[in-house]
Amino acid sequence: MVKKNLNLLTLTNGESFQPFRYALGSAGARFFQELKDNNRFMGLRCAKCEKVYIPPRNVCGPCFEPLKDWVQVGPEGSIYSFTVLRFAFIDPETGEKKPVPYGYGFIRLDGASTNLQHFLELPKNGDLKIGMRVRPVFAKNAQGNMRDIVHFSVDGA
Amino acid sequence: MKRVAIVGSGQTHHTGSRLDVNGPELINEAVIRALEDTGLKRKDIDGVLIGNMDHFEGVNGVELWSIDGNGGLMKPTIKMTTGGTTGSTLAIGGYHLVASGHFDRLLVIGWEKNSESDTTGAITTAFDPIWDRMVFAGAISGLAIDAMNYCHKFGVTPKDAARVVVRDRMNALKNPFAHVRKEITIEEVLRSPLIADPLRLWDMCPRTDGACAVIYASEDVAEKIAPKPTWILAAANRHPYSYVGDVECYPITSLYHASREAYAKAGIKEPLKEIDVMELYTPYSYANLSWIEALGLAKPGEGPKLVWDGATEMDGELPINPSGGVICTNPIGATGLIRAAECAGQISGKAGDHQVPGVKTALSTGFGGCFWSDILIYGEKKP
Repeated sequence: MVKKNLNLLTLTNGESFQPFRYALGSAGARFFQELKDNNRFMGLRCAKCEKVYIPPRNVCGPCFEPLKDWVQVGPEGSIYSFTVLRFAFIDPETGEKKPVPYGYGFIRLDGASTNLQHFLELPKNGDLKIGMRVRPVFAKNAQGNMRDIVHFSVDGA
Repeated sequence: MKRVAIVGSGQTHHTGSRLDVNGPELINEAVIRALEDTGLKRKDIDGVLIGNMDHFEGVNGVELWSIDGNGGLMKPTIKMTTGGTTGSTLAIGGYHLVASGHFDRLLVIGWEKNSESDTTGAITTAFDPIWDRMVFAGAISGLAIDAMNYCHKFGVTPKDAARVVVRDRMNALKNPFAHVRKEITIEEVLRSPLIADPLRLWDMCPRTDGACAVIYASEDVAEKIAPKPTWILAAANRHPYSYVGDVECYPITSLYHASREAYAKAGIKEPLKEIDVMELYTPYSYANLSWIEALGLAKPGEGPKLVWDGATEMDGELPINPSGGVICTNPIGATGLIRAAECAGQISGKAGDHQVPGVKTALSTGFGGCFWSDILIYGEKKP
Protein backbone atom coordinates (compact mmCIF):
# COMPACT_ATOMS: atom_id res chain seq x y z
CA MET A 1 0.00 0.00 0.00
CA VAL A 2 1.14 3.52 -0.75
CA LYS A 3 1.50 5.71 2.32
CA LYS A 4 -1.11 8.46 2.32
CA ASN A 5 1.37 11.26 2.90
CA LEU A 6 3.85 10.02 0.26
CA ASN A 7 4.37 12.50 -2.54
CA LEU A 8 4.60 10.37 -5.71
CA LEU A 9 7.31 11.88 -7.88
CA THR A 10 7.98 11.89 -11.61
CA LEU A 11 11.05 12.84 -13.63
CA THR A 12 10.47 14.96 -16.74
CA ASN A 13 13.09 15.08 -19.48
CA GLY A 14 14.52 18.44 -20.56
CA GLU A 15 14.60 20.09 -23.97
CA SER A 16 16.34 17.05 -25.42
CA PHE A 17 17.07 16.78 -29.13
CA GLN A 18 18.25 13.64 -30.84
CA PRO A 19 19.18 14.20 -34.49
CA PHE A 20 18.44 11.56 -37.09
CA ARG A 21 19.55 11.38 -40.72
CA TYR A 22 17.37 9.14 -42.89
CA ALA A 23 18.37 7.88 -46.34
CA LEU A 24 15.65 8.17 -48.96
CA GLY A 25 17.14 5.42 -51.11
CA SER A 26 17.45 5.72 -54.88
CA ALA A 27 13.72 5.47 -55.64
CA GLY A 28 12.77 8.05 -53.02
CA ALA A 29 15.54 10.42 -54.14
CA ARG A 30 14.36 10.25 -57.76
CA PHE A 31 10.74 10.91 -56.74
CA PHE A 32 11.58 14.04 -54.79
CA GLN A 33 14.04 15.30 -57.44
CA GLU A 34 11.25 15.12 -60.04
CA LEU A 35 8.80 16.72 -57.67
CA LYS A 36 11.19 19.56 -56.86
CA ASP A 37 12.50 20.25 -60.37
CA ASN A 38 9.46 19.49 -62.54
CA ASN A 39 6.44 19.31 -60.20
CA ARG A 40 5.97 15.78 -61.51
CA PHE A 41 4.85 12.68 -59.63
CA MET A 42 6.75 9.57 -60.63
CA GLY A 43 5.79 6.04 -59.59
CA LEU A 44 7.34 2.64 -60.14
CA ARG A 45 5.38 -0.03 -62.01
CA CYS A 46 5.74 -3.75 -61.45
CA ALA A 47 6.38 -5.49 -64.78
CA LYS A 48 4.60 -8.59 -63.45
CA CYS A 49 1.38 -7.38 -61.76
CA GLU A 50 1.37 -3.88 -63.32
CA LYS A 51 0.68 -2.22 -60.00
CA VAL A 52 2.01 1.36 -59.92
CA TYR A 53 3.52 2.23 -56.57
CA ILE A 54 3.42 5.61 -54.85
CA PRO A 55 5.57 6.02 -52.78
CA PRO A 56 7.95 4.41 -55.27
CA ARG A 57 10.01 1.56 -53.87
CA ASN A 58 12.51 -0.89 -55.32
CA VAL A 59 10.51 -4.07 -54.76
CA CYS A 60 6.90 -5.18 -55.31
CA GLY A 61 5.81 -6.84 -52.06
CA PRO A 62 3.28 -9.31 -53.53
CA CYS A 63 5.42 -10.33 -56.56
CA PHE A 64 8.76 -9.84 -54.77
CA GLU A 65 10.14 -8.57 -58.09
CA PRO A 66 12.48 -5.59 -58.53
CA LEU A 67 10.75 -2.45 -59.79
CA LYS A 68 12.43 -0.54 -62.60
CA ASP A 69 9.73 0.99 -64.84
CA TRP A 70 9.16 4.62 -63.94
CA VAL A 71 5.79 6.06 -64.95
CA GLN A 72 4.32 9.49 -64.47
CA VAL A 73 1.15 9.64 -62.36
CA GLY A 74 -1.18 12.46 -61.31
CA PRO A 75 -0.76 15.32 -60.69
CA GLU A 76 -4.53 15.21 -60.13
CA GLY A 77 -6.27 12.40 -58.36
CA SER A 78 -9.25 11.55 -56.19
CA ILE A 79 -9.92 11.11 -52.49
CA TYR A 80 -9.73 7.40 -51.58
CA SER A 81 -10.61 8.19 -47.95
CA PHE A 82 -10.01 11.05 -45.55
CA THR A 83 -10.56 12.47 -42.10
CA VAL A 84 -10.40 15.87 -40.45
CA LEU A 85 -8.08 15.92 -37.44
CA ARG A 86 -9.52 18.03 -34.67
CA PHE A 87 -7.34 17.31 -31.64
CA ALA A 88 -4.01 18.94 -30.89
CA PHE A 89 -0.98 16.74 -30.43
CA ILE A 90 2.77 17.09 -30.56
CA ASP A 91 4.43 16.39 -33.88
CA PRO A 92 7.51 14.31 -33.01
CA GLU A 93 9.24 15.66 -36.15
CA THR A 94 9.01 19.29 -35.14
CA GLY A 95 8.13 19.25 -31.45
CA GLU A 96 5.23 21.57 -32.25
CA LYS A 97 1.50 21.11 -31.96
CA LYS A 98 -0.12 20.21 -35.27
CA PRO A 99 -2.33 22.97 -36.72
CA VAL A 100 -5.80 21.54 -36.09
CA PRO A 101 -8.24 21.20 -37.65
CA TYR A 102 -6.60 19.85 -40.78
CA GLY A 103 -7.73 17.61 -43.62
CA TYR A 104 -5.89 14.32 -43.92
CA GLY A 105 -6.35 12.48 -47.18
CA PHE A 106 -5.41 9.26 -48.87
CA ILE A 107 -5.00 10.57 -52.42
CA ARG A 108 -5.20 8.11 -55.31
CA LEU A 109 -3.20 9.95 -57.98
CA ASP A 110 -4.42 9.24 -61.52
CA GLY A 111 -2.58 6.16 -62.77
CA ALA A 112 -1.36 5.01 -59.34
CA SER A 113 -2.44 1.81 -57.57
CA THR A 114 -1.68 2.96 -54.01
CA ASN A 115 -2.43 6.12 -52.06
CA LEU A 116 -0.29 9.13 -51.24
CA GLN A 117 -1.02 10.49 -47.79
CA HIS A 118 -1.14 14.27 -47.63
CA PHE A 119 -2.90 17.31 -46.25
CA LEU A 120 -6.29 18.17 -47.74
CA GLU A 121 -7.34 21.78 -47.80
CA LEU A 122 -10.64 22.18 -45.98
CA PRO A 123 -13.06 23.62 -48.58
CA LYS A 124 -14.58 27.00 -47.86
CA ASN A 125 -17.96 25.77 -49.04
CA GLY A 126 -19.32 22.31 -48.36
CA ASP A 127 -17.65 19.17 -47.03
CA LEU A 128 -14.97 16.82 -48.25
CA LYS A 129 -16.30 13.58 -49.68
CA ILE A 130 -14.77 10.28 -50.76
CA GLY A 131 -14.27 10.25 -54.53
CA MET A 132 -13.84 14.04 -54.93
CA ARG A 133 -11.27 15.17 -57.47
CA VAL A 134 -8.21 16.94 -56.05
CA ARG A 135 -5.14 18.74 -57.38
CA PRO A 136 -1.82 19.45 -55.66
CA VAL A 137 -0.82 22.95 -54.59
CA PHE A 138 2.98 23.20 -54.81
CA ALA A 139 5.18 25.13 -52.40
CA LYS A 140 7.10 28.14 -53.71
CA ASN A 141 10.52 27.07 -52.52
CA ALA A 142 10.79 23.34 -53.15
CA GLN A 143 13.29 21.49 -50.94
CA GLY A 144 12.92 17.93 -52.19
CA ASN A 145 10.59 16.57 -49.52
CA MET A 146 6.89 16.06 -48.76
CA ARG A 147 6.49 19.73 -47.91
CA ASP A 148 7.08 20.62 -51.57
CA ILE A 149 3.33 20.02 -51.77
CA VAL A 150 1.42 22.41 -49.51
CA HIS A 151 -1.73 20.31 -49.72
CA PHE A 152 -4.25 18.85 -52.12
CA SER A 153 -7.29 20.95 -52.92
CA VAL A 154 -10.74 20.20 -54.32
CA ASP A 155 -10.89 23.72 -55.77
CA GLY A 156 -10.14 23.83 -59.48
CA ALA A 157 -9.67 20.07 -59.75
CA MET B 1 5.91 -30.45 -31.86
CA LYS B 2 4.40 -30.28 -28.36
CA ARG B 3 0.82 -29.36 -27.70
CA VAL B 4 0.62 -26.16 -25.64
CA ALA B 5 -1.78 -24.82 -23.02
CA ILE B 6 -2.25 -21.66 -21.02
CA VAL B 7 -2.34 -22.69 -17.36
CA GLY B 8 -2.82 -19.36 -15.63
CA SER B 9 -2.52 -15.59 -15.82
CA GLY B 10 -2.32 -12.39 -13.84
CA GLN B 11 -3.24 -8.79 -14.60
CA THR B 12 -2.70 -5.49 -12.86
CA HIS B 13 -5.70 -3.32 -12.06
CA HIS B 14 -5.41 -1.26 -15.23
CA THR B 15 -5.69 2.48 -14.91
CA GLY B 16 -4.72 5.77 -16.54
CA SER B 17 -1.61 6.46 -14.49
CA ARG B 18 0.34 4.39 -11.98
CA LEU B 19 2.72 6.84 -10.30
CA ASP B 20 3.13 4.43 -7.38
CA VAL B 21 5.13 1.92 -9.45
CA ASN B 22 7.90 2.08 -12.04
CA GLY B 23 8.12 -0.34 -14.97
CA PRO B 24 9.66 -3.36 -13.18
CA GLU B 25 7.28 -2.94 -10.24
CA LEU B 26 4.24 -2.82 -12.52
CA ILE B 27 5.46 -5.93 -14.36
CA ASN B 28 6.11 -7.68 -11.05
CA GLU B 29 2.49 -7.23 -9.93
CA ALA B 30 1.21 -9.17 -12.94
CA VAL B 31 3.93 -11.84 -12.61
CA ILE B 32 3.16 -12.45 -8.92
CA ARG B 33 -0.55 -12.84 -9.73
CA ALA B 34 0.17 -15.28 -12.58
CA LEU B 35 2.40 -17.39 -10.34
CA GLU B 36 -0.26 -17.36 -7.60
CA ASP B 37 -2.91 -18.35 -10.13
CA THR B 38 -0.92 -21.48 -11.08
CA GLY B 39 0.72 -22.30 -7.74
CA LEU B 40 4.11 -22.21 -9.48
CA LYS B 41 7.21 -20.53 -8.00
CA ARG B 42 9.79 -18.45 -9.86
CA LYS B 43 12.16 -21.45 -9.72
CA ASP B 44 9.65 -23.56 -11.72
CA ILE B 45 9.76 -21.22 -14.72
CA ASP B 46 12.07 -22.21 -17.59
CA GLY B 47 12.21 -18.84 -19.26
CA VAL B 48 10.62 -15.44 -19.77
CA LEU B 49 9.22 -13.82 -22.90
CA ILE B 50 8.50 -10.12 -22.48
CA GLY B 51 7.51 -7.18 -24.65
CA ASN B 52 6.16 -3.66 -24.99
CA MET B 53 6.53 -0.77 -27.44
CA ASP B 54 9.83 0.75 -26.32
CA HIS B 55 9.10 4.18 -27.73
CA PHE B 56 6.10 4.75 -25.44
CA GLU B 57 8.39 5.06 -22.44
CA GLY B 58 11.49 6.02 -24.43
CA VAL B 59 13.47 3.46 -22.42
CA ASN B 60 14.74 0.61 -24.57
CA GLY B 61 15.62 -2.85 -23.37
CA VAL B 62 12.91 -3.93 -20.92
CA GLU B 63 14.22 -7.49 -21.12
CA LEU B 64 17.35 -6.19 -19.38
CA TRP B 65 16.25 -3.61 -16.83
CA SER B 66 13.12 -5.36 -15.58
CA ILE B 67 14.93 -8.62 -14.83
CA ASP B 68 14.47 -8.43 -11.03
CA GLY B 69 10.72 -7.87 -11.34
CA ASN B 70 9.94 -10.04 -14.36
CA GLY B 71 11.15 -13.31 -12.82
CA GLY B 72 13.76 -13.94 -15.49
CA LEU B 73 16.89 -13.40 -13.37
CA MET B 74 19.56 -15.85 -14.59
CA LYS B 75 17.05 -17.57 -16.88
CA PRO B 76 16.57 -17.43 -20.67
CA THR B 77 14.84 -14.09 -21.32
CA ILE B 78 13.64 -12.98 -24.75
CA LYS B 79 11.93 -9.81 -25.96
CA MET B 80 9.38 -9.55 -28.76
CA THR B 81 7.98 -6.25 -29.92
CA THR B 82 5.78 -5.60 -32.96
CA GLY B 83 4.00 -2.33 -32.23
CA GLY B 84 0.29 -2.61 -31.49
CA THR B 85 0.37 -6.36 -31.99
CA THR B 86 3.12 -6.79 -29.38
CA GLY B 87 0.78 -8.49 -26.90
CA SER B 88 -0.63 -10.93 -29.46
CA THR B 89 2.82 -11.55 -30.90
CA LEU B 90 3.87 -12.50 -27.36
CA ALA B 91 0.86 -14.81 -27.15
CA ILE B 92 1.79 -16.49 -30.44
CA GLY B 93 5.53 -16.44 -29.71
CA GLY B 94 4.99 -18.10 -26.34
CA TYR B 95 2.99 -20.81 -28.08
CA HIS B 96 5.75 -21.36 -30.65
CA LEU B 97 8.53 -21.47 -28.04
CA VAL B 98 6.74 -24.06 -25.89
CA ALA B 99 5.60 -26.05 -28.94
CA SER B 100 9.26 -26.26 -29.98
CA GLY B 101 9.94 -28.44 -26.96
CA HIS B 102 12.65 -26.13 -25.58
CA PHE B 103 10.48 -24.78 -22.75
CA ASP B 104 7.96 -26.60 -20.54
CA ARG B 105 6.86 -23.66 -18.40
CA LEU B 106 7.20 -20.26 -20.03
CA LEU B 107 6.25 -16.95 -18.43
CA VAL B 108 4.96 -14.49 -21.04
CA ILE B 109 4.64 -10.81 -20.10
CA GLY B 110 3.21 -7.79 -21.91
CA TRP B 111 3.13 -4.34 -20.35
CA GLU B 112 2.97 -0.61 -21.02
CA LYS B 113 2.99 2.65 -19.12
CA ASN B 114 1.23 4.85 -21.65
CA SER B 115 1.06 7.65 -19.10
CA GLU B 116 4.79 8.22 -19.45
CA SER B 117 4.70 9.86 -22.91
CA ASP B 118 2.46 11.42 -25.52
CA THR B 119 0.82 8.34 -27.04
CA THR B 120 0.13 9.82 -30.48
CA GLY B 121 3.62 11.32 -30.72
CA ALA B 122 5.17 7.99 -29.73
CA ILE B 123 3.08 5.98 -32.19
CA THR B 124 4.10 8.34 -34.98
CA THR B 125 7.74 7.35 -34.45
CA ALA B 126 6.83 3.83 -35.62
CA PHE B 127 6.10 5.16 -39.12
CA ASP B 128 8.27 6.10 -42.06
CA PRO B 129 9.88 9.51 -41.48
CA ILE B 130 10.10 10.44 -45.17
CA TRP B 131 6.70 9.45 -46.49
CA ASP B 132 4.31 8.89 -43.61
CA ARG B 133 4.94 11.10 -40.60
CA MET B 134 4.27 14.64 -41.82
CA VAL B 135 0.50 14.34 -42.04
CA PHE B 136 0.09 11.30 -39.78
CA ALA B 137 -1.75 11.60 -36.48
CA GLY B 138 -1.06 8.32 -34.70
CA ALA B 139 -3.55 5.50 -34.47
CA ILE B 140 -6.54 7.83 -34.61
CA SER B 141 -5.94 9.16 -38.13
CA GLY B 142 -5.57 5.72 -39.72
CA LEU B 143 -8.62 4.38 -37.91
CA ALA B 144 -10.67 7.42 -38.91
CA ILE B 145 -9.73 6.83 -42.57
CA ASP B 146 -10.84 3.21 -42.15
CA ALA B 147 -14.15 4.22 -40.55
CA MET B 148 -14.85 6.90 -43.17
CA ASN B 149 -14.36 4.34 -45.93
CA TYR B 150 -16.56 1.74 -44.21
CA CYS B 151 -19.40 4.22 -43.59
CA HIS B 152 -19.20 5.45 -47.19
CA LYS B 153 -19.38 1.89 -48.53
CA PHE B 154 -22.29 0.59 -46.50
CA GLY B 155 -24.10 3.58 -45.00
CA VAL B 156 -23.06 2.58 -41.48
CA THR B 157 -23.82 5.36 -38.97
CA PRO B 158 -22.18 6.82 -35.85
CA LYS B 159 -25.15 5.43 -33.93
CA ASP B 160 -24.23 1.89 -35.02
CA ALA B 161 -20.71 2.44 -33.72
CA ALA B 162 -21.94 3.96 -30.46
CA ARG B 163 -24.01 0.83 -29.83
CA VAL B 164 -20.79 -1.18 -29.55
CA VAL B 165 -19.30 1.26 -27.07
CA VAL B 166 -22.40 0.80 -24.90
CA ARG B 167 -21.89 -2.99 -25.01
CA ASP B 168 -18.19 -2.95 -24.14
CA ARG B 169 -18.66 -0.35 -21.38
CA MET B 170 -21.46 -2.44 -19.87
CA ASN B 171 -19.25 -5.55 -19.91
CA ALA B 172 -16.33 -3.72 -18.28
CA LEU B 173 -18.50 -2.97 -15.24
CA LYS B 174 -18.15 -6.65 -14.33
CA ASN B 175 -14.39 -6.81 -14.88
CA PRO B 176 -12.47 -5.58 -11.80
CA PHE B 177 -9.25 -5.19 -13.86
CA ALA B 178 -10.78 -2.95 -16.59
CA HIS B 179 -9.60 0.66 -16.82
CA VAL B 180 -12.77 2.53 -17.86
CA ARG B 181 -15.63 1.21 -15.76
CA LYS B 182 -18.48 3.60 -16.38
CA GLU B 183 -21.77 2.98 -18.12
CA ILE B 184 -22.49 5.12 -21.17
CA THR B 185 -25.47 5.78 -23.44
CA ILE B 186 -25.59 6.05 -27.22
CA GLU B 187 -26.47 9.73 -26.85
CA GLU B 188 -23.42 10.35 -24.65
CA VAL B 189 -21.11 8.77 -27.24
CA LEU B 190 -22.70 10.84 -30.01
CA ARG B 191 -22.34 14.03 -27.93
CA SER B 192 -18.65 13.48 -27.12
CA PRO B 193 -16.16 15.73 -28.98
CA LEU B 194 -15.38 14.94 -32.62
CA ILE B 195 -11.64 14.17 -32.74
CA ALA B 196 -11.11 12.84 -36.30
CA ASP B 197 -14.22 12.57 -38.47
CA PRO B 198 -16.23 10.39 -37.98
CA LEU B 199 -14.58 9.35 -34.68
CA ARG B 200 -15.65 10.91 -31.42
CA LEU B 201 -13.79 10.76 -28.14
CA TRP B 202 -15.76 7.82 -26.75
CA ASP B 203 -15.39 5.84 -29.97
CA MET B 204 -11.72 5.45 -29.06
CA CYS B 205 -9.78 3.30 -26.62
CA PRO B 206 -8.12 4.97 -23.62
CA ARG B 207 -4.37 5.02 -22.91
CA THR B 208 -3.63 2.80 -19.98
CA ASP B 209 -0.89 1.75 -17.57
CA GLY B 210 -0.96 -1.98 -17.05
CA ALA B 211 0.70 -5.37 -17.33
CA CYS B 212 -0.42 -8.92 -18.04
CA ALA B 213 1.45 -12.18 -17.43
CA VAL B 214 0.42 -15.54 -18.85
CA ILE B 215 1.98 -18.92 -18.08
CA TYR B 216 2.28 -21.39 -20.93
CA ALA B 217 2.91 -25.09 -20.35
CA SER B 218 3.70 -28.02 -22.62
CA GLU B 219 1.49 -31.09 -22.81
CA ASP B 220 3.99 -32.89 -20.53
CA VAL B 221 3.16 -30.71 -17.52
CA ALA B 222 0.02 -28.66 -18.27
CA GLU B 223 -2.50 -30.99 -16.65
CA LYS B 224 -0.34 -31.30 -13.52
CA ILE B 225 -0.35 -27.51 -13.10
CA ALA B 226 -3.95 -26.63 -13.98
CA PRO B 227 -7.14 -28.63 -13.42
CA LYS B 228 -8.50 -27.20 -16.70
CA PRO B 229 -5.77 -25.99 -19.06
CA THR B 230 -6.69 -23.86 -22.07
CA TRP B 231 -5.24 -25.56 -25.16
CA ILE B 232 -4.07 -23.50 -28.08
CA LEU B 233 -5.67 -24.84 -31.24
CA ALA B 234 -4.32 -22.43 -33.83
CA ALA B 235 -2.36 -19.24 -34.39
CA ALA B 236 -1.87 -17.12 -37.51
CA ASN B 237 -0.77 -13.64 -38.44
CA ARG B 238 -0.51 -11.39 -41.49
CA HIS B 239 1.34 -8.16 -42.25
CA PRO B 240 -0.20 -6.68 -45.41
CA TYR B 241 1.98 -3.72 -46.56
CA SER B 242 4.71 -1.18 -45.93
CA TYR B 243 3.49 2.41 -46.26
CA VAL B 244 0.34 3.76 -44.64
CA GLY B 245 -1.20 4.79 -47.98
CA ASP B 246 -0.91 1.23 -49.31
CA VAL B 247 -3.85 0.09 -47.18
CA GLU B 248 -6.90 -1.48 -48.75
CA CYS B 249 -9.46 -0.41 -46.20
CA TYR B 250 -12.19 -2.98 -46.64
CA PRO B 251 -12.15 -5.76 -45.79
CA ILE B 252 -9.14 -5.61 -43.50
CA THR B 253 -7.07 -8.05 -45.54
CA SER B 254 -4.73 -9.15 -42.74
CA LEU B 255 -7.56 -10.21 -40.44
CA TYR B 256 -9.50 -11.84 -43.26
CA HIS B 257 -6.59 -14.06 -44.30
CA ALA B 258 -5.19 -14.76 -40.82
CA SER B 259 -8.62 -15.85 -39.59
CA ARG B 260 -9.17 -18.18 -42.56
CA GLU B 261 -5.81 -19.86 -41.85
CA ALA B 262 -6.63 -20.19 -38.15
CA TYR B 263 -10.14 -21.55 -38.84
CA ALA B 264 -8.69 -24.17 -41.18
CA LYS B 265 -6.08 -25.21 -38.61
CA ALA B 266 -8.71 -25.50 -35.86
CA GLY B 267 -11.28 -27.19 -38.12
CA ILE B 268 -13.80 -24.37 -37.77
CA LYS B 269 -16.27 -23.92 -40.62
CA GLU B 270 -18.92 -21.65 -39.12
CA PRO B 271 -17.20 -19.33 -36.63
CA LEU B 272 -20.42 -17.69 -35.40
CA LYS B 273 -21.82 -21.07 -34.39
CA GLU B 274 -18.68 -22.91 -33.37
CA ILE B 275 -16.86 -20.28 -31.32
CA ASP B 276 -18.31 -19.48 -27.88
CA VAL B 277 -16.58 -16.21 -27.04
CA MET B 278 -14.24 -13.69 -28.67
CA GLU B 279 -11.87 -11.12 -27.23
CA LEU B 280 -11.03 -8.78 -30.09
CA TYR B 281 -8.32 -6.15 -30.28
CA THR B 282 -10.77 -3.55 -31.53
CA PRO B 283 -9.27 -0.20 -30.52
CA TYR B 284 -12.21 1.85 -31.76
CA SER B 285 -15.94 1.33 -32.10
CA TYR B 286 -16.26 0.86 -35.87
CA ALA B 287 -13.76 -2.03 -35.78
CA ASN B 288 -16.35 -4.02 -33.85
CA LEU B 289 -18.60 -3.74 -36.89
CA SER B 290 -16.37 -4.02 -39.96
CA TRP B 291 -13.78 -6.40 -38.51
CA ILE B 292 -16.38 -8.94 -37.41
CA GLU B 293 -17.38 -9.02 -41.07
CA ALA B 294 -13.73 -9.81 -41.98
CA LEU B 295 -13.85 -12.59 -39.38
CA GLY B 296 -16.76 -14.10 -41.28
CA LEU B 297 -19.37 -13.49 -38.56
CA ALA B 298 -21.54 -11.33 -40.81
CA LYS B 299 -21.82 -10.54 -44.51
CA PRO B 300 -20.26 -7.31 -45.83
CA GLY B 301 -22.13 -4.35 -44.33
CA GLU B 302 -24.13 -6.53 -41.93
CA GLY B 303 -21.88 -6.27 -38.87
CA PRO B 304 -24.13 -3.58 -37.34
CA LYS B 305 -27.19 -5.83 -37.68
CA LEU B 306 -25.43 -8.62 -35.76
CA VAL B 307 -24.65 -6.16 -32.96
CA TRP B 308 -28.14 -4.57 -32.87
CA ASP B 309 -29.72 -8.03 -32.81
CA GLY B 310 -27.85 -8.72 -29.57
CA ALA B 311 -25.85 -11.66 -30.89
CA THR B 312 -22.61 -10.28 -29.43
CA GLU B 313 -24.00 -9.45 -25.96
CA MET B 314 -23.11 -11.48 -22.88
CA ASP B 315 -26.27 -13.59 -23.34
CA GLY B 316 -26.09 -13.63 -27.15
CA GLU B 317 -25.06 -16.32 -29.59
CA LEU B 318 -21.42 -15.19 -29.57
CA PRO B 319 -20.44 -12.81 -26.74
CA ILE B 320 -17.68 -10.43 -27.86
CA ASN B 321 -15.38 -8.69 -25.39
CA PRO B 322 -16.82 -9.85 -22.04
CA SER B 323 -13.85 -8.07 -20.43
CA GLY B 324 -14.98 -4.74 -21.84
CA GLY B 325 -12.39 -5.00 -24.59
CA VAL B 326 -9.84 -2.49 -25.77
CA ILE B 327 -12.33 0.40 -25.75
CA CYS B 328 -12.19 0.12 -21.95
CA THR B 329 -8.55 -0.94 -21.38
CA ASN B 330 -5.48 -0.37 -23.54
CA PRO B 331 -1.97 -0.74 -22.06
CA ILE B 332 -0.70 -1.23 -25.60
CA GLY B 333 2.11 -3.80 -25.21
CA ALA B 334 -0.15 -5.84 -22.94
CA THR B 335 -3.41 -5.42 -24.84
CA GLY B 336 -3.10 -8.41 -27.19
CA LEU B 337 -1.91 -10.63 -24.35
CA ILE B 338 -4.84 -9.57 -22.16
CA ARG B 339 -7.10 -10.92 -24.91
CA ALA B 340 -5.32 -14.31 -24.58
CA ALA B 341 -5.53 -14.24 -20.78
CA GLU B 342 -9.23 -13.41 -20.96
CA CYS B 343 -9.93 -16.26 -23.40
CA ALA B 344 -8.08 -18.65 -21.11
CA GLY B 345 -10.06 -17.30 -18.14
CA GLN B 346 -13.30 -18.00 -20.02
CA ILE B 347 -12.34 -21.57 -20.94
CA SER B 348 -10.97 -22.48 -17.52
CA GLY B 349 -14.04 -21.01 -15.81
CA LYS B 350 -12.04 -18.37 -13.91
CA ALA B 351 -13.48 -15.22 -15.49
CA GLY B 352 -15.52 -14.30 -12.41
CA ASP B 353 -18.43 -11.90 -12.87
CA HIS B 354 -17.86 -11.63 -16.61
CA GLN B 355 -17.78 -15.40 -17.13
CA VAL B 356 -19.72 -16.66 -20.16
CA PRO B 357 -21.25 -20.03 -19.22
CA GLY B 358 -20.00 -23.19 -20.93
CA VAL B 359 -17.19 -21.80 -23.08
CA LYS B 360 -15.46 -24.56 -25.03
CA THR B 361 -13.84 -22.56 -27.84
CA ALA B 362 -12.54 -18.99 -27.81
CA LEU B 363 -10.78 -16.64 -30.23
CA SER B 364 -8.59 -13.61 -29.67
CA THR B 365 -7.07 -11.11 -32.06
CA GLY B 366 -4.30 -8.54 -32.10
CA PHE B 367 -4.10 -5.42 -34.24
CA GLY B 368 -1.38 -2.93 -34.96
CA GLY B 369 0.55 -0.57 -37.14
CA CYS B 370 -0.16 -0.90 -40.82
CA PHE B 371 -3.40 -2.80 -40.21
CA TRP B 372 -1.76 -6.09 -39.44
CA SER B 373 -3.52 -8.84 -37.53
CA ASP B 374 -2.82 -11.75 -35.20
CA ILE B 375 -5.28 -14.54 -34.36
CA LEU B 376 -5.33 -17.29 -31.75
CA ILE B 377 -7.98 -19.95 -31.22
CA TYR B 378 -8.26 -21.80 -27.91
CA GLY B 379 -10.16 -24.88 -26.77
CA GLU B 380 -10.91 -26.88 -23.65
CA LYS B 381 -10.12 -30.13 -25.46
CA LYS B 382 -6.53 -31.15 -26.05
CA PRO B 383 -5.97 -30.92 -29.83
